[in-house]
Amino acid sequence: MELKEIQGYLYFFFILFLTAILYGYIVHLYRSEKKGERDYEKYGKMALDDELDSKPVEPLDENDVNEKRSGK
Amino acid sequence: MQNPAVEYDYTVAKWFSYLAILFGILGMGVGVLIAFQLAFPELNYIFGQYSLFSRLRPIHTNVVAYGFTLSGIWATWYYVGQRVLKVSLKESPFLSGLAKVHFWLYFVTALLAVVSLLFRVTTSKEYAQFEWPLDILVVVIWVMWGISIFGLIGLRREKTLYISMWYYIATFLGVAMLYLFNNMAVPTYLVTGMGDPLHSVSMYAGSNDALVQWWFGHNAVAFVFTVPIIAMIYYFLPKESGQPVYSYKLSLLSFWGLMFVYLWAGGHHLIYSTVPDWMQTMGSIFSVILILPSWGSALNMLLTMKGEWSQLKDSPLIKFMVLASTFYMLSTLEGPIQSIKSVNALAHFTDWIPGHVHDGTLGWVGFMIIAAIMHMAPRFFKREIYSKKLLEAQFWLQTTGIVLYFSSMWIAGITQGMMWRAVDQYGNLAYSFIDTVTVLHPYYTLRAIGGLMYFIGLFMWAYNFYKTMTAARQIEEEPKFASPMAA
Repeated sequence: MELKEIQGYLYFFFILFLTAILYGYIVHLYRSEKKGERDYEKYGKMALDDELDSKPVEPLDENDVNEKRSGK
Repeated sequence: MQNPAVEYDYTVAKWFSYLAILFGILGMGVGVLIAFQLAFPELNYIFGQYSLFSRLRPIHTNVVAYGFTLSGIWATWYYVGQRVLKVSLKESPFLSGLAKVHFWLYFVTALLAVVSLLFRVTTSKEYAQFEWPLDILVVVIWVMWGISIFGLIGLRREKTLYISMWYYIATFLGVAMLYLFNNMAVPTYLVTGMGDPLHSVSMYAGSNDALVQWWFGHNAVAFVFTVPIIAMIYYFLPKESGQPVYSYKLSLLSFWGLMFVYLWAGGHHLIYSTVPDWMQTMGSIFSVILILPSWGSALNMLLTMKGEWSQLKDSPLIKFMVLASTFYMLSTLEGPIQSIKSVNALAHFTDWIPGHVHDGTLGWVGFMIIAAIMHMAPRFFKREIYSKKLLEAQFWLQTTGIVLYFSSMWIAGITQGMMWRAVDQYGNLAYSFIDTVTVLHPYYTLRAIGGLMYFIGLFMWAYNFYKTMTAARQIEEEPKFASPMAA
């Protein structure tokens, strides 16, 4: 088998692999919303309520901030 | 964390908006001139060698793509970035200073780039014409933008990144990768010690060079003309209409779909060339699949207007954005059709291709940047938009211009393709090249008139923006959704 042919097959299977991941992502989005783990639609509000003093849709929790500041 | 005493810093967003208007007029002015040159060739010689089509065409494409569009992208980035992350540039003197250096370095580089092309300093690679010293400056500018993006993200109050942010980040990463790889070159003077110090040769040769070039070329369309414009529409359409994006999940899925598919589609520029056949086929297939994520984003935008279509009648800004979305759908359907092998055999090298490009650039990119800047203007200057009527008139004039542009190029392109392939009963070509030129003359004239109409619209935009800045009625506070405008 020539290198060119191997490249062609690799390309094909790589695409199949990536397609599976993409479809997996759709399943993941809907499943996590159904289970109540995450409400994706609320993020749409970020564009509408975007004043500097608006309440963040999902604020950074203090632990995250402290961790970032202490460089951990 | 709340710090209401500070407000958003629009300084650099404003500067980039001025530049977008300036480069829009310059780039599209040159475009109109070269369109008339195609119809009336004597116009080639109005400024001697400096006005030849071949000299001006790269100036048109580069100024529109890397002048007008990039300025529009950065104007919106320095506005949207702060707002969706809920952090002001004023809170970080470093990022604020960096943004200003970013602007000035970009401005100087852009002017140098225009001058270099005018004096025919070019690598001759389409959309990647800048010679190596300019490439190095571009990389520095790009790194500055990257620091700005990730610096601002580091200071954010909003934990999750809004979908527009994903698209801005993708623009940054995509262009960084494409630009570096396609512009790999050896400056000949540094190696040989002779010749022109500005000259360089590509590190790739033959078919490889063509492949890398069109992997870059097509993805320049992806990451300069598509991805950041989607970033804009995902912010400005919901904000102007007061409607949250129709489906956030669809926006995420379309994002990954677009990232997954776009990078593989460039092979369609090299159909029937010397690259491997499977690569050409894959280029075609991926181009057709590309309809899905593109239409996913565009439909998501149109559905965002669900129940609110009366705004389309009332607001010229909504008109610009909804039509931008519609033109995005048109060009992302047209492109895949052109990349099907049998269609490509007819369409390649004809005027249908620039027709397709201009549906996207004038209708989608241009309209979105115009709308975004006019949405930002009342927020920049605390004044209402100077004239709604003028904005409406601009919209209709430019829309007519685009329709004239693409319809004339459809007819011209298909006529051209059919004439080139026509043979008589003995298999001899039925037409010579000049026969096609004669037939196409009226369509070239129509195209130039369409372009001129769009160009006049740009002056209406510039005037409206200037009057908004200086003379429009002042407003008490920043409008929340729809931009206020005087009749």
